Amino acid sequence: MAFESLTDKLQNVFKTLRGKGRLTEADVKTALREVKMALLEADVNFKVVKQFVNAVETRAVGQDVMNGLNPGQMVIKIVNEEMISLMGSETTELTFQPGKAITVVMMAGLQGAGKTTATAKLAGQVKKKGKKPLLVACDIYRPAAIEQLQINGKKQEVDVFELGCEQKPAYIAAEALKYAEKNGHNVVIIDTAGRLHIDEDMMQELMDLKEQITVHQTLLVVDAMTGQDAVNVAKQFDEKIGIDGVVLSKLDGDSRGGAALSIKAVTGKPILYVSTGEKLTDMEPFYPDRMANRILGMGDVLSLIEKAQESIDIDEQTSREMAGRMKKGKFDFNDYLESMKQMKKMGGLTSILGMLPGMGIKASDIEGMVDDKQLRRMEAVVLSMTKEERANPKLLNPQRKHRIAKGAGVDIAVVNRFIKQFEQMQKMMKQFGGSGKRRGGMFGSMPGGFGKGRFPF
Amino acid sequence: MEEEKKLGLFARLKRGLTKTRDSIVGGIDSLFHGFSSIDEEFYEELEEILIMGDMGVNASESVIAALKQKVKENHIKEPIQCKQFLIDSIKERMLVAEDAYDYVDKQTIIMVIGVNGVGKTTTIGKLAWKLKDQGKKVLIAAADTFRAAAGDQLATWAERADVPMIGGKEGADPASVVYDAVMAAKARGIDTLLIDTAGRLHNKKNLMEELRKMNRIIDREFPDAHRENFIVLDGTTGQNALVQAREFGDVAQLTGIVLTKMDGTAKGGIAVAIQSELNIPVKYIGVGEHLDDLQRFDPESFVNALFDTRKEDENEEHADS
Repeated sequence: MAFESLTDKLQNVFKTLRGKGRLTEADVKTALREVKMALLEADVNFKVVKQFVNAVETRAVGQDVMNGLNPGQMVIKIVNEEMISLMGSETTELTFQPGKAITVVMMAGLQGAGKTTATAKLAGQVKKKGKKPLLVACDIYRPAAIEQLQINGKKQEVDVFELGCEQKPAYIAAEALKYAEKNGHNVVIIDTAGRLHIDEDMMQELMDLKEQITVHQTLLVVDAMTGQDAVNVAKQFDEKIGIDGVVLSKLDGDSRGGAALSIKAVTGKPILYVSTGEKLTDMEPFYPDRMANRILGMGDVLSLIEKAQESIDIDEQTSREMAGRMKKGKFDFNDYLESMKQMKKMGGLTSILGMLPGMGIKASDIEGMVDDKQLRRMEAVVLSMTKEERANPKLLNPQRKHRIAKGAGVDIAVVNRFIKQFEQMQKMMKQFGGSGKRRGGMFGSMPGGFGKGRFPF
Repeated sequence: MEEEKKLGLFARLKRGLTKTRDSIVGGIDSLFHGFSSIDEEFYEELEEILIMGDMGVNASESVIAALKQKVKENHIKEPIQCKQFLIDSIKERMLVAEDAYDYVDKQTIIMVIGVNGVGKTTTIGKLAWKLKDQGKKVLIAAADTFRAAAGDQLATWAERADVPMIGGKEGADPASVVYDAVMAAKARGIDTLLIDTAGRLHNKKNLMEELRKMNRIIDREFPDAHRENFIVLDGTTGQNALVQAREFGDVAQLTGIVLTKMDGTAKGGIAVAIQSELNIPVKYIGVGEHLDDLQRFDPESFVNALFDTRKEDENEEHADS
């Protein structure tokens, strides 16, 4: 393979440092040199890389290394989080004008970026939303561009409006709008000629078009394989004609697509769609977390978590015994304490969950169990129990509960709620227990399959 | 057009490369004048400039390592003295073998390949025009039967260049088009057969196999013909171009690179990376949209235009022949 995965590289760098509790400045610097190289190989713009690396450095130096992670993984974790937040943590989609108003979308980009194809693909996406799109052929320069749009339009079963290649694009667009009104189209997608961003005449043509009609969304189509220049292109298009979003094309290649990060960082415009194949249906919304993984060449974050679980330093014997009891639904308060100890070693449940993008479990679903502060209070409750009570939760009568509440310094209601939750958890454990062949502690046996399908890269 | 002609070829190449030069040279000059001594910081700054030009981490590091060696051997103290070494070092890497263009005078089959949207069809049109202009008998084969209207686009170019074209219907087997074209080339005594192929991403196994099949058919049906396989690379492409060149080279032995879209702000440094890592020479570069905007790649004028070290008029005869 051309690229060694960043994870591997960092693992090697940190081999000798394993076990250190805190990221020192020197560690971080060494690690970030690798991160920098990985980003550059992914074609992230040099200036963006520099800024990004500085941001990560500031955040990482002095951080505690979560137990179960080694320093290299800790850096990756921070890098990954920073990258996702930089790319926008939410998926943005095309916005339509309210009601029956016509939404006008203009596609722009360099030659060969894949505008015409993206235009036809976008029509398919729009159609899926129950809209009636109209494609407009305003690329009057490239030989056969109009035919290409017509053929693709036919495949998508979408109308294509064209006036040959003698009229000015602005005029064609205005006529298309009239046609759309007459024929009940509510989304108009305009394909324009590919142009160099430094070609004044061609840029002027786009500005004319925007002056002639109201364009609601201007989308810049960018080839995912673009190198350092992506930033210049996006900047100039944005400065001259103003762009609202980006469509990343040819993402089905094996490029890392660092251009996406660069463009987002420099223009602040969201990436709306990615084009992932030859077929006209091959277009999907943009997921920042997937892109972050791709740029870093990390495989998936799951392996990170798995590693963290593996490296929990828990006595094998205890673990096996606990798993055995859980299977039978005999999970008691001693096991609960043990599990909590493990979780603390891994940096608390909240941060573990935080490392899993879209793991399919909503935080609110397990809220009572998740809050680290509350966990500490629960621990106090358990510690206020006698050994017998811990081993046999059934002993707990109202009198004992009162004593425990006093001992833990909480209200009796808290104790009651906790015991109820605990009983629910026991049931849950029993269910999971059926397939519980995992070696970890309580959370090793919890989420059966996080769904690898969420990470297509 | 008329005015364009008057500008002279080198001038146009240079105009096309102006942006390149502005960004790279701007950086390089400020580097050579801005530093008072050759230290780590100087090298780091230099590395940054090279990487910003898409030269990639490896090629940049190797250029810098070579420079460090020179600096040491020659006891250089001043940054400005490094400049010539740097230019020479890049130039040396970009040299094209003397026999690189001998194919023009042979009976040749040129297959033009590359990923989608790099400008394969346009390149074929320009090449056809160029060869026809040199009095060659040219035939174009439209083996891109996949992209909607690709055949129409090529037909327009064939018309402009005034050369015959053999095509197939959209969706036809491209290998059959290649077969027909090879047969026709034989029968008509064609000097150069240019084969346009569909853009394909290099990681699509089936499409790459299709290409392998076309390659095989040419080998089998016309073994006496001289073969050239040109990979067309978009000058704006980043590090992925290296992977592209490697993968395509695995299917059909590449004999040259055509670097297109060099008239934007792209720096085309990826060519340096490819040449130094895979040893595939850049044979042509595309610096504009006119029929004659495809130039033979001349490292001398390329690097000179890049670094602007000589006067324009001295260079006229160095430009494209």
